[in-house]
Amino acid sequence: MQLVLEKRAERSNTIALVSPLIAIGLTIVTMTILFAILGKNPLLALHAYFIAPLTDSYSLQEIAVKATPLVMIAIGLSLCYLANAWNIGAEGQFLIGAVAGSWIAVKTQGTDAGAWVLPAMFVLAAAAGALYALIPAICKVKFGASEILTSLMLVYVADLFLDYLVRGPWRDPHGFNFPTTAEFDPVATVPLLIEGGRLHLGSIIALLVVAAAAILLGRTIKGFEIRVVGAAPRAARFGGFNANQLIILTFAVSGALAGLAGIVEVAGPVGHLQPGISPGYGFTAIIVAFLGRLNPLGILIAGLFLALTFIGGEQAQIAMKIPLDVTKVFQGILLFYVLACDSLILYRFKLVFPNRQVARGTG
Amino acid sequence: MELVEAIILAVLAASTPLLIAATGELVTERAGVLNLGVEGMMIVGAACGFAGAWLTGSIFIGALFGIVAGMLMSLIFALMALGLAVNQVATGLALTILGVGLSGLIGAGFVGERITPAVHLYIPGLTDIPLIGRVLFGEDAFVYFSLALIVGVWWFLYRTRPGLILRACGDNHVSAHALGYPVLRIRTFAVMFGGACAGLAGAYLPLAYTPFFIPGMTAGRGWIALALVVFSSWRPGRLVVGAYLFGAVTILQLHAQGWGVGIPSQFMSALPYLATVIVLVLLSRARTGGSTAPAALGTVFVPDR
Repeated sequence: MQLVLEKRAERSNTIALVSPLIAIGLTIVTMTILFAILGKNPLLALHAYFIAPLTDSYSLQEIAVKATPLVMIAIGLSLCYLANAWNIGAEGQFLIGAVAGSWIAVKTQGTDAGAWVLPAMFVLAAAAGALYALIPAICKVKFGASEILTSLMLVYVADLFLDYLVRGPWRDPHGFNFPTTAEFDPVATVPLLIEGGRLHLGSIIALLVVAAAAILLGRTIKGFEIRVVGAAPRAARFGGFNANQLIILTFAVSGALAGLAGIVEVAGPVGHLQPGISPGYGFTAIIVAFLGRLNPLGILIAGLFLALTFIGGEQAQIAMKIPLDVTKVFQGILLFYVLACDSLILYRFKLVFPNRQVARGTG
Repeated sequence: MELVEAIILAVLAASTPLLIAATGELVTERAGVLNLGVEGMMIVGAACGFAGAWLTGSIFIGALFGIVAGMLMSLIFALMALGLAVNQVATGLALTILGVGLSGLIGAGFVGERITPAVHLYIPGLTDIPLIGRVLFGEDAFVYFSLALIVGVWWFLYRTRPGLILRACGDNHVSAHALGYPVLRIRTFAVMFGGACAGLAGAYLPLAYTPFFIPGMTAGRGWIALALVVFSSWRPGRLVVGAYLFGAVTILQLHAQGWGVGIPSQFMSALPYLATVIVLVLLSRARTGGSTAPAALGTVFVPDR
């Protein structure tokens, strides 16, 4: 007996819609087994992960706060992936955006700089993220260097650069030698939406980004070009679409969004620049993009779901001493199931019995 | 003189995990499969390798644990990318994300523990020869194994029939299939070989390079190994040169700090990653007359019965 794939005549749209749900279901089954192996009560653990964070307002706000960078980065990545450009280095673009934006915050610290500071930080962060993303894009287009490897190498470089700044020139002199800048001034801080809460302006920006991407992909020629270049490169060539130009464009947009997410995170929930500002947002956003089927609305939902796993993971650690790495394992398994279920959109699984295959005389 | 010897020894040690992991990936890619999960397989190999050695007190069993862990990880990849025809780039990334999590989970109980690292060869007389003695006759078993491995792979790929068939699968899976070769089975074996090598390369880090385990200790070496395969133009001979060059860059970075070069340590630490980018650009640029990559690399193959 052998499992074989048979190509469907056309994509199955039903499965395209339900496949993320099947993937989540399978992941939860797998997690139940993993919790049992770890010697934790699976029901309590699942409750801590998926239900408990939804029951109080603080956690709900926290989920939105965590989802904000994930959604912003994933929207950019989805444009790249749709155009068949593999930006894997969003984590680095996020960090560089955070660094570039923080530069203004650090330089204006303690001066009477006005309300222009925060918008300027946003613009600079987005520009820096875009420029940083353009390095692998240009290396790809001009020299044919794999954008996967170059964009990823630049993550480590960005990480070390940030580390250098906060341990060296930007270190807070009153920070007891901790590698961090001083707390940003109020003019350099993302305003909160609810007094005394955690929800901040960044979440609104993320929603605007989702809306903009939906319009771009659904209503404009550029969006159509991006989708055609990715889905049918030959057809795109005949249509006169320039694939290289789209690699540059999608990388730049993706980098700008990741950079913006970086400064929103630093000037928002974190409040100052320090190492470890990202628990791997740039990588988790890859999962968000795929789980959301590279669709803006889907990405919004997927971002909230992945944020739930972060918050749930923290709560499960506090309540049940479940290691934080379980969240990463969970996210990895989820991505596997998402990809596996995607296979069902294009292929039908069939069980074949070898003796029949021989009888047919093919091979 | 002693400094030169020390540097050569350090370069060999730093190059060995790169060489082992890249050798595995070379075979995988020669069969036409792009497995970007090397970093994930390596880091799980590091955690399992340390766990095995710590529990049994044997470096050898630790290395076996690393190999098996890497192979199990690669089987997940094979199931997805070959069995279910899922995009290889995305699957490889998923493998790395999963590996980082699993490694943290497995290794959590071992952080702070120490083991006795792999012993170095000592032949009285030979090892005592100045300069070359310790370099040639004073390494740990992993270093010698890595060299035997790459020679073995070269011989297999270019001097045996199965090696020829494996390369055929990587260059034209449709023709290989038409000739009756089981393309998917051959690719699965190639992926598993790559997994075993990555697992061993990861295990090398806590078993021989440093005697302890820390989360994230592979620090991108898996990705550098992937770049090395491109650097080598998919040829074993060049792979050895590339691995030692990169090992040298890594060590240069450590020694430059010791020599008091007035450059912040983070800039020196960024060197191997920057070198990777530059090397990728230069090589891809030199290769304007067509790529030397296996022609079917990274493409999905669903046998048409």
